[in-house]
Amino acid sequence: MKVVRTKLGCTKIGAVSLALLAAALAAAAPATADDYVIDTARAHASINFRIKHLGFSWLTGRFDNFAGTFSFDEANPAASKVKVEIDTDSVNTNHGERDKHLRGKDFLDTAKFPKATFESTSVVVNGDKATITGNLTLHGVTKEIVIEADRVGGGDDPWGGYRQGFTGTTRLPLKDFDINFDLGPASKEVELTLNIEGVRQ
Amino acid sequence: MLIQDTKAGYGLLTRLMHWIMAVGIVAMFVLGLWMVTLSYYSPYYQTAPDIHRSVGILLLILLVVRFAWRLANPKPDDSELSPLERAVSPVVHWGFYLLLLALMVSGYLISSSDGRPVEVFNWFSVPSVIHEKGLEEPAGTVHEILAYVTIAVAALHSAAALKHHFIDRNRILARMWSGPPSGT
Repeated sequence: MKVVRTKLGCTKIGAVSLALLAAALAAAAPATADDYVIDTARAHASINFRIKHLGFSWLTGRFDNFAGTFSFDEANPAASKVKVEIDTDSVNTNHGERDKHLRGKDFLDTAKFPKATFESTSVVVNGDKATITGNLTLHGVTKEIVIEADRVGGGDDPWGGYRQGFTGTTRLPLKDFDINFDLGPASKEVELTLNIEGVRQ
Repeated sequence: MLIQDTKAGYGLLTRLMHWIMAVGIVAMFVLGLWMVTLSYYSPYYQTAPDIHRSVGILLLILLVVRFAWRLANPKPDDSELSPLERAVSPVVHWGFYLLLLALMVSGYLISSSDGRPVEVFNWFSVPSVIHEKGLEEPAGTVHEILAYVTIAVAALHSAAALKHHFIDRNRILARMWSGPPSGT
């Protein structure tokens, strides 16, 4: 909806007036109907990962601290956008020494690269499923990745809000992000799962 | 051979604890630097840190015993030192206890702040006292810095001991090695 207003505005009035109009609209209606903030405040969202340990089992972990927003329009889901920023030093595998190792230079180098970010560039919708393409910046390397996403559900919540929830998965080869610590032949890729619930603003 | 310290010199227990800690601390420094460079498939990837943690706890216990033993025993006579050396010596020695305590406690916190106990070989384990998510990170930074500081202070300490022995030609180093001169 923001885009439509901008286009109309450009034909009628100058850029300065447009900015004033946008500010006035923003003040009148705090946000457009389809902008969502990922509910990290009440922790209805998580970013989890898993990687094979020696090829024998799955080791799971997560990033405790992140924030993000997405836009979603049920009438036109392909116009959706998502943006997430992760604090890499919040990595948590339920083992302090391992987390310390993961924060260090062998893996995430969080002192040098404290943030990982994902910003979508395109969304292709197929029913309740979607393929989200976007750029992930991790360990200082930006690479295009593809997230296979499912819409889990959405609607009014019991407390006066409106929510949408999704889950998405992707696989990241560690060497693509210049993480070269050798964990063995079965452990070259990490699987990332994002559970995202957004509260409409 | 005298177990206790006297005005004339150090007893057996003090000398034993001193040299065990001297060797132990230098060995732990080398082990610590080496173990963090090991590859995941190294046969020592788990055993080297296991040994480092175990020896660290034993050295911490030894440090406490040694400190109590120091308090319980008379300090050998330092009159052959210069006035400046007599003033500086206690600062260095008490500082050393504090430095080693901080070094060892920070190491313990790296391993135990996630709630897990620290295993000492297969003999016993020390439970986690401070369970604080993320504490391993600052504890690790402190541990690394203090390890370098400890080795630097130990090098100065050794250089001073050698100076006493070879330049001043006094018994400062000898009394820590062989105890009081015979007949006293």
